[in-house]
Amino acid sequence: MDDLNQLLLGFQVALSWTNVMFMVVGVLLGIVVGVLPGLGGPNGVAILLPLTFGMDPTSAIILLSSIYWGALFGGAITSILFNIPGEAWSVATTFDGYPMAQQGRAGEALTAAFTASFIGALSGVVLITFVAPLVAKLALRFGPAEFFGVFFLTFCSFIGMGKENKAKIVASLAIGFLLAAVGLDTISGDLRLTFGSSELIKGFDFLVVVIGLFGVSEILLTIEEGLHFKGKKAAIDLKVVLRTWASLPRYWATLIRSSIVGMWMGVTPGGAIAASFMGYGLAKRFSRNPENFGRGEMEGVLAPETAAHAAGTSALLPMLALGIPGSATAAVLLGGLMIWGLQPGPLLFIENKEFVWGLIASMYLGNIAGLLIVLATVPVFAAIMRIPFALVAPIILIVCAIGAYTVESSRFDIWLMLIFGVIGYVFKKLDYPLAPLVLAIVLGDRAEDAFRQALLGSGGNLSVFFSNGLVSTLMVMGLLLLFWGPLSAGRRLVMRKVTPTRSAPASS
Amino acid sequence: MRRFVKAAVLAAALPVASAQAWEPTKPIEIIVPFPPGGSSDQMARTIQGAIQKNNLVSQPIIIVNKPAAAGGEAMLDIQKSAGDPHKLITTSSGIYMTPLATKLPVSWKNFTPVAMMAQDAFLLWVNASQPYKTAKDFVEAAKTANPPLKTGGNGSKREDHLISVTMEQAAGIKITYIPYQGGGPSSVQLAGGHIDANMNNPAEEIANWRSGAVKPLCVFSDKPLTYTQKITADMAWSDVPTCVSQGLDVNYQMLRGMFMPGKVTPEQQAFYVELFRKVSETPDWKAYVERNALVPDFRSGQAFVEFLTTDEQKHKDLMGKAGFIGTN
Repeated sequence: MDDLNQLLLGFQVALSWTNVMFMVVGVLLGIVVGVLPGLGGPNGVAILLPLTFGMDPTSAIILLSSIYWGALFGGAITSILFNIPGEAWSVATTFDGYPMAQQGRAGEALTAAFTASFIGALSGVVLITFVAPLVAKLALRFGPAEFFGVFFLTFCSFIGMGKENKAKIVASLAIGFLLAAVGLDTISGDLRLTFGSSELIKGFDFLVVVIGLFGVSEILLTIEEGLHFKGKKAAIDLKVVLRTWASLPRYWATLIRSSIVGMWMGVTPGGAIAASFMGYGLAKRFSRNPENFGRGEMEGVLAPETAAHAAGTSALLPMLALGIPGSATAAVLLGGLMIWGLQPGPLLFIENKEFVWGLIASMYLGNIAGLLIVLATVPVFAAIMRIPFALVAPIILIVCAIGAYTVESSRFDIWLMLIFGVIGYVFKKLDYPLAPLVLAIVLGDRAEDAFRQALLGSGGNLSVFFSNGLVSTLMVMGLLLLFWGPLSAGRRLVMRKVTPTRSAPASS
Repeated sequence: MRRFVKAAVLAAALPVASAQAWEPTKPIEIIVPFPPGGSSDQMARTIQGAIQKNNLVSQPIIIVNKPAAAGGEAMLDIQKSAGDPHKLITTSSGIYMTPLATKLPVSWKNFTPVAMMAQDAFLLWVNASQPYKTAKDFVEAAKTANPPLKTGGNGSKREDHLISVTMEQAAGIKITYIPYQGGGPSSVQLAGGHIDANMNNPAEEIANWRSGAVKPLCVFSDKPLTYTQKITADMAWSDVPTCVSQGLDVNYQMLRGMFMPGKVTPEQQAFYVELFRKVSETPDWKAYVERNALVPDFRSGQAFVEFLTTDEQKHKDLMGKAGFIGTN
């Protein structure tokens, strides 16, 4: 109850005119940052950080966290419209969001994505409001073995749940791991696979690879099918928002499941990226029509967006309560807190009550403001689909190139992007899935680090991955998912033998 | 080498009026060889804030993070930018350690040293629930521990790793060092009890120290820190004894400084020396130094070059002994 009073006090702080203004400005800036691939949330926040040094810390964090919300919302826009994820956690959104836009359902897809983001973020905020210090302690239980467990589970769920040829999924994953290994190795401190090239020492940046694999290859494919000078149909009215909302209650199970996955991954610093992939994988597994996934299923947009945003929001919790940043953006905010003279950690909740609850209140308000703003833009963005592709393609290509360049201010990355565009094209032609490759590039080196850190600590003994309840559960769940196909087939076989009269149950 | 030493001496000797002859004509880029949010990044952004708030330069300051290859990417960039007076790089000991460990073809001797802003101390931290009270207790425990005690820190063949290996050699003990992605993760791992000790800087552990999750045993400097304000109920930074005084003969501090690319003119160098001297006198910078318990130590010109030369030799010796020098 005391917390609720504090929260009301927080609303008072956050609802001042200046703070509401900062919120709106922040969300708008965040959307821009999220839409431009390569700029990204952490950079956007970092660029604006020095401007806030003279501000009151509460207003400053409201402005910066609103940029964060805006970027979370904005990342979905280019994923859906052009198959170019603006942020790493939007990759899974492209799987079904882009096909939906291709079918002329861009407005629906955008509304679904934004609403899902909102629901995810809201569940994260509620979590922060009510169980902050309790849940925060959970993050401390994660050692290298537990981190590896989370990554292992993510990879396994991808192999086990994928409907593509399993060998092709594994091949794609393996290429991703190989690419992730390029650059400086954390454990040995040596450079690997750089062949003496000074361009390769920074490794392959995930965004450059993704912009090429998804964005550029898509343009190549479309051009191959012949350039058409007619735009797609796209309804431009706000009614699409209401229509989409009316269909959402059907997906309550997916929304709740993704929220839980996201909150868990955000609090235990697994991160929004892993959460979005896992949310998608689980939704596909439990869906009544899994065969529609990848062909424009709304559930495939809802699941990753909800999970990513629940994770992105929950990630602020360990930052505030323990001083552990759960994401890159949270890390920048953490630096900001210190510069404003606030010390993140358990004492923040006691010593700077007004700040903490003002921030939490602004999370509610910032998300509502964000949702209203992005929904209002749905018709505008959906209308882009009406422009003939022949006109849009060069613009997309330019945006891609700028995005790839911005990541590291490196011209070499533009060439890399084009090369990966061709690789992506070949992959699609040969029916190799791209998602496992991307997943391995994002999480591959972290999984490798965690694996080797765990083994260093245990003196090379593999039993460390089954040394306590938490890590054992993660590993067993991973193995179960990995062998899901053979297991459920085997179970069906056994069931049939045991009860030959009954028909095989639907794989549950 | 000799040429820029001369230039540095010359610049230091020039009267202030003519040192102001050069002014930046476009935005100034500060390259941070670490990711956003880390301590080098915070220093750069504090400097940026101090410059903008006090109107010390007419041009805007832009911060660019180039964390790849332990800062090697950032150093290659500065090396390639010879003659560009609108670029700066923040540095730590990585300026010698990264080239020595990775054999990347860069050297600070091709850069122009501008100023050392401060030094950063390292402490031996343990989880608060451990019985150790002194560095001696820790060393005794390490002698009998099987499997060996675990320390963690930022990366491999870097400062934390070097201190860990030097501790092993000085005390004749065996320690397992686990490299993490930064001081932050290593701090969390210590609070969670996944490692037995780390060698973090004050700023990286202050939050966990105040909340009672970890405690410092000793500081790897030749004298205790000077900050007497209480951090916990009964301890201040100045109450932490030096490791040497506790029989653990390891002494290590890290510089925090600013460099420019090579081949800039003495006037350009003098402009930035003067700029950072002004920054070091702003209240914003002083508050930053105190908050992070840095050791204030502003040096420029010949004094900075001498420090760098001695410090590099020290790193070569320590890294040679630890077996960190790259071979390929």
